Amino acid sequence: MRSTTQTQAPDARGVAWYLDKAMAYLVFGAGVSAILLIVGIFVFITKEGVGFVWDTVDLGQFFGSPAWRPTSDTPQYGALALIAGTASVTGLAMLIAVPFSLGAAIYIAEFAGGTQREALKILIELLAAIPSVVWGFIGLSVLNPLIIEWFDVPVGLGILNAGVILGLMAAPIMTTIAEDALRAVPDGYREAAEAMGATRWQVTWRVVLPGAKNGLTAAILLGVGRGFGETMAVLMASGHAVQLPDGVFDSVRALTATIAAELGETAVGSDHYQALFTLGILLFVVTFAINLTADLVVRGISNKD
Amino acid sequence: MVAAVLAESVAGDAKIVVKKFSVHYGAYTALSGVNLAVARNEIFSIVGPANAGKTSFLRVLNRMDALTSGMRYEGTVRFDGHDIRKWRNLYALRRRIGVVFPLPVGLPLSVFDNVAMAPRLRGVRHRDELEEIVERCLRRAALWGEVKDRLTALGSLLSGGQQQRLTIARALSQDPELLLLDEFSIAIDPVTTMKIEDVLLELKKEMTIIMVTNLVQQARRISDRMAFFHKGRCVEVGETAAMFDGDVRDEQTLDYLRGRFG
Repeated sequence: MRSTTQTQAPDARGVAWYLDKAMAYLVFGAGVSAILLIVGIFVFITKEGVGFVWDTVDLGQFFGSPAWRPTSDTPQYGALALIAGTASVTGLAMLIAVPFSLGAAIYIAEFAGGTQREALKILIELLAAIPSVVWGFIGLSVLNPLIIEWFDVPVGLGILNAGVILGLMAAPIMTTIAEDALRAVPDGYREAAEAMGATRWQVTWRVVLPGAKNGLTAAILLGVGRGFGETMAVLMASGHAVQLPDGVFDSVRALTATIAAELGETAVGSDHYQALFTLGILLFVVTFAINLTADLVVRGISNKD
Repeated sequence: MVAAVLAESVAGDAKIVVKKFSVHYGAYTALSGVNLAVARNEIFSIVGPANAGKTSFLRVLNRMDALTSGMRYEGTVRFDGHDIRKWRNLYALRRRIGVVFPLPVGLPLSVFDNVAMAPRLRGVRHRDELEEIVERCLRRAALWGEVKDRLTALGSLLSGGQQQRLTIARALSQDPELLLLDEFSIAIDPVTTMKIEDVLLELKKEMTIIMVTNLVQQARRISDRMAFFHKGRCVEVGETAAMFDGDVRDEQTLDYLRGRFG
């Protein structure tokens, strides 16, 4: 029997050819739909909020005033206290999460042996899967009384509580990403340095960390993005009071928590409703910028190698 | 036993003495029956077809076996008369031994930092001193001319041949007493290879050199004595010139040296 491929005319199109074309369009559609969804979300948020930015509010007041009184007789829409709340909680969370997660990642990737490494990785991935409402609950019912007792303050819900909870939440995912970045450093580097007589720590400090610095930066930035976007745990642990904080025991309110708590009670299209969408635009822009930076930083590695 | 006799003949001034030596990976034996000695300030080459156990032998000499799970060796290896198995601080041992791997590994640091790493590990801090060491080592590795204007570029961005010479410069920056070269010229052009061979002949005044090579002519050009490894055994050890002249115990050795192997 002769092979069919040899007898086919040069322009013949078989089933495989049509299937290939169909699949190409299908995966193209899937890829484009992701982009369309993002653009769609952005357009939706902007449409709901932009009228407010344009007509009602004065941006100087929006970014400069700490007075967020959307339901008073003369509503005021100053987001400064909310921005300060989100920034202070995220900042404290990163102070806690960065050393812990980098330390854990270095231990798992460079020092732990086979079974110990696997066990730790599984445990940390389990930690990352704890729902945020559970973390919020821990903040309310465990950390709150502890802070009151240890520091002798009237209320334990505030920057300290929310920062610790958010730090504990962000650490597992940051550890996982940082550990991936460390494992991506070729073993040949470690071997070459150890052959020179470098100790395990010297290898880590002088060779592995410089080699993985892009991936580690990305891990930290993704943790920051996670902190900015986290809603439920922060809502529960932060005290949810609109004020510019003076210290770590002060209650604050986060941008995300404000949207979550207030959106259900506003009339669609009202100034208050639009103001919340303006907060949404702000969050979207900031997290988008952080994620984009993280992405560009990671890409920095692949371009160089 | 000729090997044993030779081991005795250099034992008085031996840098390395290996006895009843074998290397195992789990249940697999990569190399066995090695008895040899390497004299101070000689170039000793090891030749043999693939899978002969040459690289395994080198890896044990600076105790890289301790870093490879499942790898272990039996017998004794004496470095300056001390059993390396009993050496507690392996880092101190490795700092006295320079290694060049067959596949070039430019660390993800600048060219300067690559070469300055070993001096920094032993505590050299002054910039002037580091610069002097880096330049001297890069010159000896025949790389200075090509990289002197881009010492801050990433070492891992150099070409394969340049990275290989970078690893040679790095090994020299340790000021090693013993230099282990595993196929150091695998990615280097013949002209540069010749330059480095000349440097090695200079260097042997200061250190002992053991090199594994697939190029028997390279072994002939620069080594004082050589060993022929085949199928996980050390077939024989002898003076390089004499062996190439046909003074061998085993016909296989001569066949390999004359390129009639297979």
